[in-house]
Amino acid sequence: MKILVPIKQVATLDEDFEFRDDGRDVDPDFLIHDLNEWDNYTLEEAMRLKEGPGGEGIEVVVATVGPESVDEELRKCLAKGADRAVRVWSDALEDADAVGVARVLAALARRESPDLIFAGVQAADHACGATGMALAGLLDLPHAAVVAALDYVPGSHSATVRRELEGGSYASVRIGCPAVLTLQLGINTPRYASLRGIKQAAQRPIEVLDAEALGVTADALGAAGSASRVRRMYVPEKGRAQMIEGTPAEQAARLAQIIKEFGGAA
Amino acid sequence: MSGILVVSEHRNGELRPVSRELVGAAVALKHATGEPVRVAVIGEAPERYVAELKLAGVDEILTVQAVVDAFDPEIYEASVRALIEAREPSLVLLAHSVDSLGYAAPLVVKNGYGFASDVFGIERDADGWVATRSGYGQKVNIEVDFPGRSVVVLTVRPGSYKPVETLAEPAVSAIPAPAVMPRSQHLGFEEPAGGDDVNIPGAEFIVSIGRGVGEEDNVEQFKELADSVGATLGCSRPIADAGWLPKARQVGQSGKTAAACKLYVAMGISGSVQHMAGMKHVETIVAVNTDPEASIFTIARYGIVGDIFEIGQELRNHF
Repeated sequence: MKILVPIKQVATLDEDFEFRDDGRDVDPDFLIHDLNEWDNYTLEEAMRLKEGPGGEGIEVVVATVGPESVDEELRKCLAKGADRAVRVWSDALEDADAVGVARVLAALARRESPDLIFAGVQAADHACGATGMALAGLLDLPHAAVVAALDYVPGSHSATVRRELEGGSYASVRIGCPAVLTLQLGINTPRYASLRGIKQAAQRPIEVLDAEALGVTADALGAAGSASRVRRMYVPEKGRAQMIEGTPAEQAARLAQIIKEFGGAA
Repeated sequence: MSGILVVSEHRNGELRPVSRELVGAAVALKHATGEPVRVAVIGEAPERYVAELKLAGVDEILTVQAVVDAFDPEIYEASVRALIEAREPSLVLLAHSVDSLGYAAPLVVKNGYGFASDVFGIERDADGWVATRSGYGQKVNIEVDFPGRSVVVLTVRPGSYKPVETLAEPAVSAIPAPAVMPRSQHLGFEEPAGGDDVNIPGAEFIVSIGRGVGEEDNVEQFKELADSVGATLGCSRPIADAGWLPKARQVGQSGKTAAACKLYVAMGISGSVQHMAGMKHVETIVAVNTDPEASIFTIARYGIVGDIFEIGQELRNHF
């Protein structure tokens, strides 16, 4: 059987940053990239099934939509034991939103026919929480979002999942497979890549495709296949804490005073 | 296409409070645009929730009878599609909640609707609906629009709009339930395990630790610090996920709300939306963080840019 794990390279901002000339995104020179935190957990969950009872025949395929620089994140996944890595890109995807990205992943999933798809609940940068479930919709597969525990025996036709709800409670759901699940932080403890794994991953091939080769037509690419369009990006006016300045001793003294005032008032 | 459709949420037989916030958002837009507001409720016995949804500003309540009361993504997806076809709204508001995460995206991709999630601002101008959400760890705001889409679905960040509490007498209509063959089955709800006997919702003074703690061995000194200043020790998600403190101490959307808290000292917590959902109502928040740009400083009353170990050590000298 096969598990498809879509991953994303996410961006954080440099301390000082500037917007692109069109004002619709941050100038790429001010972005720092990393593998989305959630994707460490999705890959781990796939690896656990592969390494667990009955998992011998499982193939774990990591996939992403992005330019060449994203190979770095795919290699991190290969270093942790993924069997295969696929990257899809076309310049027209530059303006794709979560739905636009899901269209490309859906085309790839149709080629791969996985038995399970594990996506992160959301990505750390824009936190749309939409790509995985949009993929489920496009493939018309059973789906469950925000899964905090998974009980699945490789090869079976259903899985039992525990969805994490608000306020610390959970819902247990039995779901037919193949299925798309978005997995929540904390579902497992992700492994670190071994030095040997990292060295080997550097040599391993990454399959690179353009979206058109997967049959994604121009009207589904990038902005045309997206459900929204960015008009502008700006720094919000924020409320700001009153900063307590001084040496650590002075700062702590003021904090102690706040705590004591509270204690006196309570 | 016109009108605003709100899809309410309920769980375990109770209407979720965010439903009244969505009505608040819709009614504000009604005042700005003149669009009628309809509120839908989907459930095994949807009439159970109708009385609570008879809110001022609502023009019509729509009920859809489902085969089960618990959330099922495919029942919700089909029902909301049927509601959209029946009333042809231009804007559909869902909560940005765990349940909506499970069906909003499939709904929009199958029907070609416009879509944005976790929005906290909505307007309409000459080109149509415009939504505002945040990006890059809440450091920027992003304004999005939906060219060419006659129906726009938005999931709205809880806490962004004031709930409507005033009651009124809107019309109530039943919308026929679409035939759905659910491919998943709700087995039951589980309440969280207790962990230790900590009571975050009842605590008036919480010292809370986050990723800045660095490693498990460092947790103990903050436990001691909390004890010495007379606070309950709380934490953010990464600390509970790592198993360094029990889940019962986690403050936030998927943890506990610091409901009775008056003083919250956040140490090494940068302030995710999910964490802030559990404590932003607290009167006095003091944030200690090495990153002067951390989001938590936008809601804290007092901020200290500094090392939590150093500040902790100095603080101990005062108690």
